[in-house]
Amino acid sequence: MSTDTEYDVEKGDQVHPGKPVTVDRYTGAARINHWITATSLVLLALSGLSMFHPRLFFLSALFGGGQWTRFIHPWIGVVLFFSFLGLFLRFWRANLWRREDGAWLARARDVVTAHDERLPEVGRYNAGQKLVFWSMSILIIVLITTGIIIWDQYFAAYTTIEQKRWALLVHSIAAILAISVWIVHVYAAIWVKGTIRGMVRGSVTGGWAWRYHRKWLRELVARPPAGPTEDQKKTAAE
Amino acid sequence: MFPPVPNPTTGPQTSKFGEKDLIRRSASTITPPAERQTEVAKLIDVSKCIGCKACQAACIEWNDTHPELESNTGIYENPHDLTPDMFTLMRFTEWENPETNNLEWLIRKDGCMHCEDPGCLKACPAPGAIVQYSNGIVDFVHENCIGCGYCIKGCPFNIPRISKVDHTAYKCTLCSDRIAVGQGPACAKACPTQAIVYGTKDEMKKHAEGRIADLKSRGFEKAGLYDPPGVGGTHVMYVLHHADQPEIYAGLPNNPRISPVVEAWKGVTKYAGLAVMGVAAVTGFLHYMVNGPNRVSEEDEEAAERLTGDRSS
Amino acid sequence: MTNSWTDIKNTDLVIIMGGNAAEAHPCGFKWVTEAKANRGARLIVVDPRFTRSASVADVYAPIRQGTDIAFLLGVINHCINNDKVQWDYVKAFTNASFIVRDGFGYKDGLFTGYDEAKRDYDKTSWDYVIAPDAFAAVDETLTNPRCVWNLLKEHVSVYTPEMVERICGTPKDTFLKVTEMIAECSSPTKVMTSMYALGWTQHSKGSQNIRAMAMLQLILGNIGMRGGGMNALRGHSNIQGLTDVGLMSNLIPGYLTIPKDQEVDLETYMSTRGFKPLRPNQTSYWQNYRKFFVSFQKAMWGSAATPENDFAYDWLPKLDVSGYDVLRIFELMHEGKVNGYMCQGFNPLLAAPNRKKLTDALSKLKFLVTMDPLDTETARFWENHGEFNDVDPSQIQTEVIQLPSTCFAEDEGSLTNSGRWLQWHWAGGTPPGEAKNDNWIMAQIHVRLKELYRKEGGAFPDPIVNLDWAYADAGAPTAEELAKEVNGKALATVYDAADPTKVVAEAGKLLPSFAALRDDGSTTSGCWIYSGCFNENGNNMARRDTTDPDETGAYPKWAFSWPLNRRILYNRASADLNGKPWDPDRKLIEWDGTKWTGYDVPDIAPTAKPGEVGPFIMNPEGVSRLFTRGMMRDGPFPAHYEPFESPLSNLVAPNVRGNPAARVFEGDFKQFAEPASEEFPYAATSYRLTEHFHYWTKHCRTNAVLQPEFFVEISEQLASEKGIAAGGWVRVWSKRGEVRAKAVVTKRIKPLICDGKPVHVVGIPLHWGFTGVAKKGFGPNSLTPYVGDANIETPEYKAFLVNIEPVAGPAA
Repeated sequence: MSTDTEYDVEKGDQVHPGKPVTVDRYTGAARINHWITATSLVLLALSGLSMFHPRLFFLSALFGGGQWTRFIHPWIGVVLFFSFLGLFLRFWRANLWRREDGAWLARARDVVTAHDERLPEVGRYNAGQKLVFWSMSILIIVLITTGIIIWDQYFAAYTTIEQKRWALLVHSIAAILAISVWIVHVYAAIWVKGTIRGMVRGSVTGGWAWRYHRKWLRELVARPPAGPTEDQKKTAAE
Repeated sequence: MFPPVPNPTTGPQTSKFGEKDLIRRSASTITPPAERQTEVAKLIDVSKCIGCKACQAACIEWNDTHPELESNTGIYENPHDLTPDMFTLMRFTEWENPETNNLEWLIRKDGCMHCEDPGCLKACPAPGAIVQYSNGIVDFVHENCIGCGYCIKGCPFNIPRISKVDHTAYKCTLCSDRIAVGQGPACAKACPTQAIVYGTKDEMKKHAEGRIADLKSRGFEKAGLYDPPGVGGTHVMYVLHHADQPEIYAGLPNNPRISPVVEAWKGVTKYAGLAVMGVAAVTGFLHYMVNGPNRVSEEDEEAAERLTGDRSS
Repeated sequence: MTNSWTDIKNTDLVIIMGGNAAEAHPCGFKWVTEAKANRGARLIVVDPRFTRSASVADVYAPIRQGTDIAFLLGVINHCINNDKVQWDYVKAFTNASFIVRDGFGYKDGLFTGYDEAKRDYDKTSWDYVIAPDAFAAVDETLTNPRCVWNLLKEHVSVYTPEMVERICGTPKDTFLKVTEMIAECSSPTKVMTSMYALGWTQHSKGSQNIRAMAMLQLILGNIGMRGGGMNALRGHSNIQGLTDVGLMSNLIPGYLTIPKDQEVDLETYMSTRGFKPLRPNQTSYWQNYRKFFVSFQKAMWGSAATPENDFAYDWLPKLDVSGYDVLRIFELMHEGKVNGYMCQGFNPLLAAPNRKKLTDALSKLKFLVTMDPLDTETARFWENHGEFNDVDPSQIQTEVIQLPSTCFAEDEGSLTNSGRWLQWHWAGGTPPGEAKNDNWIMAQIHVRLKELYRKEGGAFPDPIVNLDWAYADAGAPTAEELAKEVNGKALATVYDAADPTKVVAEAGKLLPSFAALRDDGSTTSGCWIYSGCFNENGNNMARRDTTDPDETGAYPKWAFSWPLNRRILYNRASADLNGKPWDPDRKLIEWDGTKWTGYDVPDIAPTAKPGEVGPFIMNPEGVSRLFTRGMMRDGPFPAHYEPFESPLSNLVAPNVRGNPAARVFEGDFKQFAEPASEEFPYAATSYRLTEHFHYWTKHCRTNAVLQPEFFVEISEQLASEKGIAAGGWVRVWSKRGEVRAKAVVTKRIKPLICDGKPVHVVGIPLHWGFTGVAKKGFGPNSLTPYVGDANIETPEYKAFLVNIEPVAGPAA
């Protein structure tokens, strides 16, 4: 086992041999974190869209009307920010860009046509997922920053109106992009069967791991069954 | 004397304009009335204004607002800025005219300009929170306001203010409630020097001409009317002694227009944004239709079993 | 005002000097804007500060406070030297041609007859040469070196533009520009109006400030003209009414004077009030004095005033001094010589000078009664409010009784505006709490006092027990009853003096006007000049007809203008010696061959021939006075005197300090800063701001919001010299007290260069105290000197010396 792939394994990732093989992919905490983030993001999208386009204003009814929507949206934003921060801290290392990611991405046609067998083996996340991860990270930083600038109830005094105008524009564009990325993310999860269970039940099948994240699976299999302790990691590294 | 608006009768009256006279309604599509009411306007003659603040007092009284009692911070503006409880404000500028070396104390009554193309309304996301009547009055409808503050960003004149109490936006209504029953704005009524007059927009423009001629006779060669075309003209206009440099009047914008940033946000972004999101969703849908789901095969499972089997053996 | 507010629209040039009309009289100022907008009139503002009036002026001229006379005599000098004189007017309608006695002279700042110990003049020499025919001698050619014109010419010659610049700090070119604009109005068809207020009166030579402008207006021929005149902008809505009905300590209603101690009976009193004409054919209207006086006595004591008892002359109080003005009363109080003080609608703790002295004085009273709609500082003088009223209540034994009264809007009655219009008003609201109107309160006190005097007698019960009190409800006279009493009625049938068959007024009826007054006790009138305000035609003050024939601005059917509904005083002077208007476009009245006709009530007998009878009918000369004889205490001509506290000594009379004839109480002289004092180097002035009215509106939240906190204004230069930041705290102190204020640093105040040296002006507005809803603050009277005008004792609030330094703000 080479040390350069060790980052790819998260705490709690575990292979359970059997028929079929199952692989623990997300711990309970990670799943809760994800779903808080997901819920926040959906609520933000709904409330944000209601204030973005008149045709979507009806969505504000979901939040108890315009005043509540205006009030709650930034607070959900705060929740999202911290929740996503949790995800970020969990997964940032697994999302660092690897050599094979370029190759994977170069074969985008095979990706979309589900010719996974033609793709290079990837670790815990493929390049597409990594792009989702990093673009979300950047967009959420942009959204929280611009969001605070336009959160007039508390922060009106700290910026000029011109800055607020830019913030609004950037916030809107970032939100559109974030929603689009989210659509990609959700679609991928729906399209690639067996994925959602990973985030619902925490585990995926061995076949799923083999097909989509073979490198990761190999790493997991290569590890001692109980999972590496800190000491063992150290030894392994040596 | 410009003929003042006569005192009203005290009997019940019907409103001279209402829902049916809307030409714009925020975040809504409406059919404007076939016939527009005569456009009204308020003319503020800065050269006649003595900065007495009677307009502010009248505004407070008529609208029954309760501005905070502030401190003196070394200036004459009180309150120090427009607030949700102070819809109009005298702004004082001590300007030394570089041409004459004379000090000029420029006093401008700040407040909503009632733009023909109102930026606040354009920016507003809440249906019906901002309306424009066919007579030109731009009014805020508080029960529809969500307090987002977008109007502040939309306004080229920095006028609306959000109340910390009811979280809705406030600004000068041009006394739409008074005008609706045949009166003029409270500030115009209180103005002792007729620096504020009210009438139809045409009358106001004509009245301004006379004022400008008078100012020119006093050496203010650049005297003129401030009715900025960038916002389609306004229903509150100024007579300025130095119309070529409105910015000396406490930052009155020279050629104001709705900020291009706001235009971009409320224009191309709004449509492009929906398109991008739509395309993403539709692409996914079509992809699924064409390619079907990406499933794990038996061979994959077996491969995984083999791999784990290797290890467990 | 000689003219009316509405008449200002007729002017060609407005000069605002000694006032700040836009700021202190914004509603009246509308007529200035009308003149500007519709006639192209120009506006000049002369003021130490660039005021709100200056903000709409065509020309602004800075001036050091307290130097207006030098400025105005400089303008007169210019007009005389440049032949900018309305000669026909001056020759016919002023006393320019009158010959003055040989003994009269002026040297080194003093007129003849000065007694330094008494600070007073022997005025015998200040008079005309009286010819053997008992009339004043005149030289219509104006060549006699002793004629008024030549004396005036000599008197003003020192006030050259250079001297004006040295004294006033007004740059010479600005002064000349203003002067030339003013001088234009010497044309019979160009008219200037003078608008002034407390910026002229609140000086130790306040009356002479006004005289100087009045003289200029006479020289320009602007008195009696539409759009001209001397227009005193009164400081309260009814302060004109206050003076008219004699609430001055030396007056009874209608500008009659309270008798002096020496005037032991009616005949002695009348002997100096004969007003025999000084020129042939002149009206000398004060010859009717006895009619006004007797009718007043009849209004006071009714049937108890009889020819036998000199119409109750003995029951009038007699003055042992020139008058018990507010300064004298507080001086006496301070000396412990006053037991009780009734303070009705007055807040002296903030309105009279030298606050510390006032607090000490009030603390020596046994009782103080205040009648006011507001909780005034005076009523709370004993209460500790930290630095804002730093007193020890345990050391003050004065018993204070507060009687809440109504404000004008809760009350019916009339207000007399600056233009002498008596305007009736009706109650617009219900008084709060226990508030009662002043009539009720005064009547209740009177009824009880009268009862006590009746029961217990006392030293001199007659004036009180005999006071005529014929009101329907003795405890609550109505405004209407009082108005009728003021107007006067016939006690017996009054017949026309010229035609005894003609009835002027039936017995028991209201009098048509003061022309019906008689000196035999058959008429009453509480205030003769108001007679006609409420006659058998009804309440003329309540008229609201806006008709204005030919838009002259007279509005003759709106309310009632005293005297006789006359809108412009001296309007006879608007026409020439033949009775033709000087300016046909400004016709007011004209002689049609048999009588005077026109838009206004003629200020002359309707059949008085134009060539014979002069237009200034109240003067025995029949003409106006450029030289006032002995009418004023401090000189027949105005002369420049520095304020008692001045950054400069007097450049035209270096040995004279202040106004030499102004009264100064002994202890107060020690409390004046020296001229050009190093300890107090800055020239302070006090004033109003448009957001407030006096000390009243700080009780009103809206006004308080618009100008919430006490501040002082200084120039950028002084601020940087002293390290004072805009909006920072400063301490301002004089030899009498100190205040703490926020600093407004402004370009509107600039250092004035006087006699080569910069003079820094410190502006101190006057609207804050320690009661009300605005932030607590100080009034300028904590700083101002205890001295008043030589003639009428208006305190010198407009010019005094202070020092200033930045300080830390109050501990939160």
